[in-house]
Amino acid sequence: MSSPADLTVQAPSSDDSFDGLRLRNVTKSFGSFTAVNDLDLDVPRGAFFALLGPSGCGKTTTLRMVAGLETPTQGSITLAGQDITYAKPYRRPVNTVFQSYALFPHLDIHENVAFGLKRRKVKDVDDQVRQMLDLVELDSQARKKPAQLSGGQQQRVALARALINQPEVLLLDEPLGALDLKLRRAMQIELKRIQTEVGLTFIHVTHDQEEAMTMADTVAVMNAGVIEQMGAPEELYENPRTTFVANFLGQSNLIVGQIKNRSSDFVTVDMHGIDVSVPAARAHVEGDKAWIGIRPEKVLIGDPGEELDAPGNSIPGGVVTDVSFNGVSTQYLVRMPWGQELQVFQQNTGHRRLYRSGESVELSWRPDYAFLLDHSQDARAGQEDDD
Amino acid sequence: MASTAGVAPATPAPASDESGRRRGLTGYFLLVPGVVWLALFFVIPFYSLVAASLFDPSGSVVSGYEMTFHFQNYPDAIREYWEPLVRSLWYAGLSTLFCLILGYVLAYAIAFKAGRWKNLMLVLVIAPFFTSFLIRTLSWKLILADDGFVVNALQAVHILGAEGRLLATPVAVIAGITYNFLPFMVLPLFASIDKIDHRLIEASSDLYANPFVGFWKVTWPLSLPGVVSGTLLTFIPAAGDYINAQLLGSPNQRMVGNVIQNLFTNANDYPAASALSMILMILIIGMVLVYVRRAGTEELL
Repeated sequence: MSSPADLTVQAPSSDDSFDGLRLRNVTKSFGSFTAVNDLDLDVPRGAFFALLGPSGCGKTTTLRMVAGLETPTQGSITLAGQDITYAKPYRRPVNTVFQSYALFPHLDIHENVAFGLKRRKVKDVDDQVRQMLDLVELDSQARKKPAQLSGGQQQRVALARALINQPEVLLLDEPLGALDLKLRRAMQIELKRIQTEVGLTFIHVTHDQEEAMTMADTVAVMNAGVIEQMGAPEELYENPRTTFVANFLGQSNLIVGQIKNRSSDFVTVDMHGIDVSVPAARAHVEGDKAWIGIRPEKVLIGDPGEELDAPGNSIPGGVVTDVSFNGVSTQYLVRMPWGQELQVFQQNTGHRRLYRSGESVELSWRPDYAFLLDHSQDARAGQEDDD
Repeated sequence: MASTAGVAPATPAPASDESGRRRGLTGYFLLVPGVVWLALFFVIPFYSLVAASLFDPSGSVVSGYEMTFHFQNYPDAIREYWEPLVRSLWYAGLSTLFCLILGYVLAYAIAFKAGRWKNLMLVLVIAPFFTSFLIRTLSWKLILADDGFVVNALQAVHILGAEGRLLATPVAVIAGITYNFLPFMVLPLFASIDKIDHRLIEASSDLYANPFVGFWKVTWPLSLPGVVSGTLLTFIPAAGDYINAQLLGSPNQRMVGNVIQNLFTNANDYPAASALSMILMILIIGMVLVYVRRAGTEELL
């Protein structure tokens, strides 16, 4: 099941010199429910890694197994070459920023941040705590209790409390989930800045695809206990391998097609009577039937017969059924001759006119932007309304 | 020891004058039944107790008492009865300690480990209240009887000598008090421990605290409100208890409660009995104030 992950750039290699975090065949079951299923994962040292998926996909369970708060049913976890699968949480060089922050309510901010260092009997705790509170800009709040701080400040205390221990891996369990949008954006930038500054490995669990893509160098998309695809955000977005990834990261138009011909460069597909071609590198299909995928912003819209700037796939016979103008772009829904409604985003550059509902149009896209997915998958998997 | 349990400072609710006044009146109205009850059954008897403690000791129930503000009753009572007084505090303190140890383990188990048996276990803690306090203490008399199973077993393993017994010893009295007041310890402890967010304990373990250290740094301080109220609820009634000493002890285990009862009902020495009651009360209030100040949980009172 983990084959999509195996194909990516950071394909797991078997050498022992890997000094990052490595999960091998990790399975976690709770009774008859399998939360994480035979998971393989390599996180290189110093990476900002995001585990992205809808709630209940197993991403938090994975994180808790790395933290030692859950024990895998099967498989192994190694960190810098050392097996930590069964190590107690207080013996691992791993710290967590909890979703609820879990700040100690009976201790003040200074004592909260000092907690980990004191347990390890480190010297000059006070100086380090002051520096860390400085880094998260909370030095003036040191003697307050957590309940006296705002959500964003508590979040930074939780971060400082984990970071001060200089863990090999810092785990962030949806740490920004409780913050409002504006604060979340600010904290995303802040987190990224701190990660670059301290150079530690961050593993960030989130269900917010935008957050994952903004912050992480590598994103692993998880669904139903399995990693669907892993790679750089651009790669995941531009060349998804499953319908789940295509729908969960942004939006996609998925159209049924019959494969007619496979050459070394292009796959030609019959899409309701129209031949469209897709680069072979972007075709992830086994059988004869396929989903042709195209991102809404890659689709061009024009008058019937108009010469559009997209050599290749041109599809006539569309009728605009819905227009929503939102300033930067216009979103169209276009009903195609075969009855499906396709989404089209057009930038408001001013060069092109706006279409109204009911107008006949022609759609077009460059073959390089299309992708081909296996038809056995559910075309609605990962869409936002099924969360 | 880090002190207070995290309680956010109370922010005064800004209310408009109109609704504020109405709310105030409603509050007083709701207080009426309680105030009447306390006036009838606490303030008036308390006043008469204070008064009786200052009566002339030469009077009697038959000839009547004279109010002479005889403060000498207090030193006299202490000189005469300091031994049961000290013994009461000592027995109550020991019982409270045993209750705390037993009760903490039990409350912790119910709160964190009982799972779906939680409610059943709580009912079992309260279940003894369905039987009278006296009956339960009398059953302890049977359990600890000279030919009973417990004594025989202890004699068999030579912890007790051949002539050794449990009844009429401090062991029996303290065991009885511990048993009788255990629920008063378990319930507030349970309420406190049950409220502790399990994620805090996970966080402490994530931050290099082994389970032992994590308990003392997180679980224990967060359960302190329960510890304080539990020990108060146990110590205060235990110090004034006389049933256990009477049924399970001998005159050598006489506690101050027995003395007061005896002075009131048999000796008819009202001034001495009242003075002793007052002394016990003042002692307990003083100890409680010092204790609560030390534990740093003033919010409780």
